[in-house]
Amino acid sequence: MIRSITRQKSMEEIERLLGDYTRVFIIGCGTCVTLCRTGGLPEVLQMKEQLEAANRLVTGYLILPVACDEITQEILAANQSVISEAQALLIMTCAFGVQTVATRMETTVIPALDTLFIGKERGLGEFHEVCTQCGTCIIGETGGICPVTTCHKGLVNGPCGGTKDGKCEIDPQKDCAWTLIYQRLKGLGNIDLMRRYQGPRNHQVVPHPGAFSVPREERSI
Amino acid sequence: MAISFKETLASGKFVVTSEVGPPKGTNLEKTIHHIALLKDCVDAINLTDHQSSVMRYPSLGGALLVKEQGGEPILQMTCRDRNRLALQADLLFAYSRGIQNVLCLTGDSVVVGDHKEAKGVFDLDSSQLLATIRILEQGKDLGGNDLDGAVSFCAGAIVTPEANPLEPQLIKFEKKIEAGAEFIQTQAVYDLDKFRDFMSYARQFPVKILAGIILLTSAPMARYMNKNVPGVRVPQSLIDEMATAPKGSALAKGIEIAGRMIREIREKKICDGVHVMAIGKEEIVPEILKEAGL
Repeated sequence: MIRSITRQKSMEEIERLLGDYTRVFIIGCGTCVTLCRTGGLPEVLQMKEQLEAANRLVTGYLILPVACDEITQEILAANQSVISEAQALLIMTCAFGVQTVATRMETTVIPALDTLFIGKERGLGEFHEVCTQCGTCIIGETGGICPVTTCHKGLVNGPCGGTKDGKCEIDPQKDCAWTLIYQRLKGLGNIDLMRRYQGPRNHQVVPHPGAFSVPREERSI
Repeated sequence: MAISFKETLASGKFVVTSEVGPPKGTNLEKTIHHIALLKDCVDAINLTDHQSSVMRYPSLGGALLVKEQGGEPILQMTCRDRNRLALQADLLFAYSRGIQNVLCLTGDSVVVGDHKEAKGVFDLDSSQLLATIRILEQGKDLGGNDLDGAVSFCAGAIVTPEANPLEPQLIKFEKKIEAGAEFIQTQAVYDLDKFRDFMSYARQFPVKILAGIILLTSAPMARYMNKNVPGVRVPQSLIDEMATAPKGSALAKGIEIAGRMIREIREKKICDGVHVMAIGKEEIVPEILKEAGL
């Protein structure tokens, strides 16, 4: 399952963003941020305590099941009157959730988290960035390991000179993507794939911001 | 007028290059001094490009200083800070100002430097930059458009002969040659037997190899490099030799070792030349070369 990986902003920044708003409603999410321990019920309750200790009035809180889902608008509508008592909504979801709420509510929204990357869960509480949605997938030639994402520099023609004993120059704990790819291709007997020159990448496959529409006639299930 | 580096490479003589790091700021006095010291005792001078991702005066500016003093510059270009438009533009500019040699590098991560929050660009990589040079030489740019006035460069790249694992590094080395590298500067080598093994492989390619020589300044410095610098392995025997140097003469010992290595590489014709890096101690390079009998 892919997850939106988040980290809580410093309380100093959250306090600065909240500014003069004294009545705050907190919104968490039951999906990715619950798994990341950044915006589930325990974290929301902890935030409530911290805000109250800083003399703010928490008018209520809500854990959306999946904040980025369209169902959020119905939940927000059902709780409209309670939520609207607050001057600001402190959103402890990823930026997808924050923006979903922001488009549905007239109240000021303030993100409590920073969204770091879209990660794949490898084990309980272990998340790794394996795809950055570049639009030019080359993993058919790299043993199913993405160098655009896994290599710190996104190199597509082999390792840089910074690789050391199979690790990356920026972090001795981080695997060198090209060592992984090399080992994988060697195991598959496909090492010649590494010899193929990869031309400059197309960074404008889908100019940002991306948008995609399924043709109307294909939308029915 | 200096002999072009391309001519030097073709002459078959033992090639000697060194490098100068441009200053952190606009005071060029020291850089000009280093260039003056080096320009007549080496065949070409590399100008480092924000080495170790530390922001400095640009390598282009340094290369122009070398030209102004009648030396032969090798412009180091990394892919870290410029996208393909900026890299091509700088190549056009360099050529228009008489810079004829480029060393194509991927570049260190910004994370290791002094602007840790900067965006690392890496729109191109080192082999793509080499290929770009060859395209610009055909009078075209990477967008397929015609140039009004092309370029012509002697292009080089680097290799780490003691990388672990080695094979991916060698595959990349071969890609760089296929992309157009005419000369290769190696990461520092200290174990000449191992380097001979690398050369017996590398000799099959139509490329000149310059062995990287980094001046050892102390035993702790050698240990530090072993621990922290990718692809650098100083053998224990050399560390011991540095450690047993009398107090205050470690640098002299380092000069002796570097000179000895260069002499052996040249006399035994192990490779085509050397690239001497005396990081931060450029003024020592003439002494090293004297020690090497050059």
